[in-house]
Amino acid sequence: MKHDSLRPIVAIVAVIAAVLFGRVLPTWTLSLATVAASNALVALGIVILARTGNVSFGQGLFFAAGGYSVALIANALGITDAVVQVLIGAACGGLLGLVIGPLIARYSGIFFGMLTLALSMVFYAALVKTTALGGSDGFNVGRPSLFGTTFSDPREADFMLYAISVATTGFAGIAAMIVFRSEFGLVSLAVRENNLRVEYIGISSHRIITVNFAIAAMFAGAAGAFALMAQRHIDPQFSYWTTSGEFVFVAVLAGYQSVAAVFVASLMLELVRSFSNLYLPNTWQLVLGMFLLAVILLLPDGIGSLWGRKRLRNVAPAKAVAVADREVQP
Amino acid sequence: MTSLLSVHGLEKRFGAVVAADGLSIDIAAGQMVSLIGANGAGKTTFVNMVTGYLKPDRGAIALDGVDIGRRSPRRVAQLGISRSFQIPQLFVDLTAAENLAVAISGTHARALSFHSPAEGEGRREKAVELLERFGLAHQADRLILELAGGVRKLVDIAMALVRRPKLLLLDEPTSGVSAEEKFATMDRVIHAVAPDAATIVFVEHDMEIVSRYADRVLAFYNGRIIADGEPHNVLRDPDVRRHVTGRAR
Amino acid sequence: MNFILTVILDGLIQASWLFVVALGLTLVFGVLKILNVAHGSFYALGAYVAATVVTTVAAHSLPPVAGFVAMLLSVALIASAIGLLLERSLLKMFYGRDEVVLLLVTYAVFLVLEDVTKLVWGVNPIYATQPYELFGNVEFAGLYYVGYDLALIPISAAVGFSVWFGLNRTVIGKIVLAVIHNEEMSVSMGVKVNRVYAAAFAFGILLAALGGALTAPKISMQPGLSSDVIILSFAIVVIGGLGSVEGAAVGAILVGLARAASVHLLPQAELFMIYLIMAAVLVFRPEGLFKREMARRI
Repeated sequence: MKHDSLRPIVAIVAVIAAVLFGRVLPTWTLSLATVAASNALVALGIVILARTGNVSFGQGLFFAAGGYSVALIANALGITDAVVQVLIGAACGGLLGLVIGPLIARYSGIFFGMLTLALSMVFYAALVKTTALGGSDGFNVGRPSLFGTTFSDPREADFMLYAISVATTGFAGIAAMIVFRSEFGLVSLAVRENNLRVEYIGISSHRIITVNFAIAAMFAGAAGAFALMAQRHIDPQFSYWTTSGEFVFVAVLAGYQSVAAVFVASLMLELVRSFSNLYLPNTWQLVLGMFLLAVILLLPDGIGSLWGRKRLRNVAPAKAVAVADREVQP
Repeated sequence: MTSLLSVHGLEKRFGAVVAADGLSIDIAAGQMVSLIGANGAGKTTFVNMVTGYLKPDRGAIALDGVDIGRRSPRRVAQLGISRSFQIPQLFVDLTAAENLAVAISGTHARALSFHSPAEGEGRREKAVELLERFGLAHQADRLILELAGGVRKLVDIAMALVRRPKLLLLDEPTSGVSAEEKFATMDRVIHAVAPDAATIVFVEHDMEIVSRYADRVLAFYNGRIIADGEPHNVLRDPDVRRHVTGRAR
Repeated sequence: MNFILTVILDGLIQASWLFVVALGLTLVFGVLKILNVAHGSFYALGAYVAATVVTTVAAHSLPPVAGFVAMLLSVALIASAIGLLLERSLLKMFYGRDEVVLLLVTYAVFLVLEDVTKLVWGVNPIYATQPYELFGNVEFAGLYYVGYDLALIPISAAVGFSVWFGLNRTVIGKIVLAVIHNEEMSVSMGVKVNRVYAAAFAFGILLAALGGALTAPKISMQPGLSSDVIILSFAIVVIGGLGSVEGAAVGAILVGLARAASVHLLPQAELFMIYLIMAAVLVFRPEGLFKREMARRI
């Protein structure tokens, strides 16, 4: 992920342009784009973590934790400001990630994945049975506001959400690009490549993984806040394995070569979902499944590889895990 | 003369296999020591224990008087011992320069930057300088994936030099190198290490390399040292001939 | 005392069909090293097909026994056929690539089958309770149990025993075990690993579908069945150890008992307990109770 040809300035302009573009988009595309941005944010976190060789199949945990904590705080303290809510979601996700990360970072390959999955399901099960939180039905929250302004016109409210989510995800993407090219980013790749050597040169691979994990958790928490604001409803499904699976789906579709690809992949997912629901009910999963198979077969490095680097980086997600799994004998 | 590395009563078993049986060795700074022995005699286990990858069942290891027996490889590296590997342990999908940049980042592992470029802050320059010592500066931007085994070995050793270690352990530095290249390779390694004046301990199977480069030879057999001295004497020792070099007479 | 007996019996009844399903999952992982996310989809498929067969048989006024037998046979046939087809045509394309790739492929199959079942059988719940009355009601320790439920215990035990026997006491079984333990070696010994793969996968799918067929008379078939079952059987397989037959049995019993106990004692904790056990096993003994896979790092 080095030598990204996109300079941060250009990317910032692109994000601002995307936000402003929302003004001319029809309302139904606004909510679609908001969901896509939110999913892309979680997927971005998965990509960041995957660079250390670990794929998380349980990001739903942080997604739900972010959503629930924002919902509870919003209802209890009457905080409706969208920006504050996103910050709360991110903070909760990040904190939880810092707590869980050190425990999980000791495991490799599929065990890492399975553990993240297990933890998200433990959370799901706990949420389903907690009547105070509405059990499997969850509960509702009110409309978000922004800097004191409430939006009674649905079109304005949708645009506000769109703007916040696209801006946040966009800037997260830019930050990700900078980190990928940084010292920390290179060391993270090294951890995936050969964590034995990493230890021998004085770096704690455990710490590197934990930090990346916390970043991914923070992103997922923020995304949970977005999803909450968009649906004005939270329920345990946020932590179910199929939700986590969708996030991984987007990450895999995107590949690990390009941050922009994550947004494209997420957008594609939402478009497919919307259109197939519209014209052929009960087929969006069918189409997605076929699509995923096609990508795995024809574009093993994800759609990002379509406009990939000149230098070929062998970072297909599967290989990422396999390399981390390798038991290296000195 | 105080020892740089002091090992005392080291024991290690793997089930029924005795890899170390009361090893006691003192290595002084500046010595060039070679470890020889058949496969399974305990040489690599010794290296693994000294570098913290394996914990000895019993015994003590000290570097410059500081006990390092129970430390992790990370800590041991920070204290001044580096090693190279029999099979080069590199970051295969990164370039040679990037590999070294990561090793350089390792010298301030607690303060990694999230924004300054991977090869910034002088890291690239230092990486190229290290590669240049091995005559590999022109390979700096090639992926390890694309480099031949012999070159990888050298990069592997270069990685170990980043921390300017007091003690450098080389695990079979010339294995996999063609016969006519062996001396050139070893010369290159000695030349590259010279500026840092590290004490070198190297595991070798090629007795010509051993006799030419080592000041002192330690012969391993069944986890014990069966001979210790100048190459000339050790290689003619009857036990060494029986258990290590295998000469008929 | 009665209470304990109730919990044990309930737990064993639960464990029965869970075991059959988990067995299929663990075998597929053991032989092909694939974590089949679509395993639950085949369970659902088995249940739906069973329902259709049962209702068709009942519509022709044939006795429930006929329905029961027909359901088992047809599910077995259809499932093995689909399993074979899937393995030979789709999965084969991705061998040689890493575990995560195949995981994603099975996830794609899961997605596809979700909608396929919706398209074929609709989204409304379907019932097929005729076989449920087959064995009447049985009184045991003062309580009445449905005979069918109790019958599941010996049925699954029989399945488990035949699989165990097949693996450990027959030549074919030994060959399969060889592939599970060391595939490279088996290939060099001349084993036609491709056939073992195909057979193992088809058999694994068969077990999943069988589990679905056996439970069909007890439940309502509706969308969402597969996702619940896969995660549950996955938990069992992780607890017992990936690739281990004994592990699947022990895991299923553990989960069955945990469910039964919490239903009677603390309904809040039901699902939670199971996934907590799964997480605990992963933390303390990642290879599962009956080790077969390697785990940790530094």
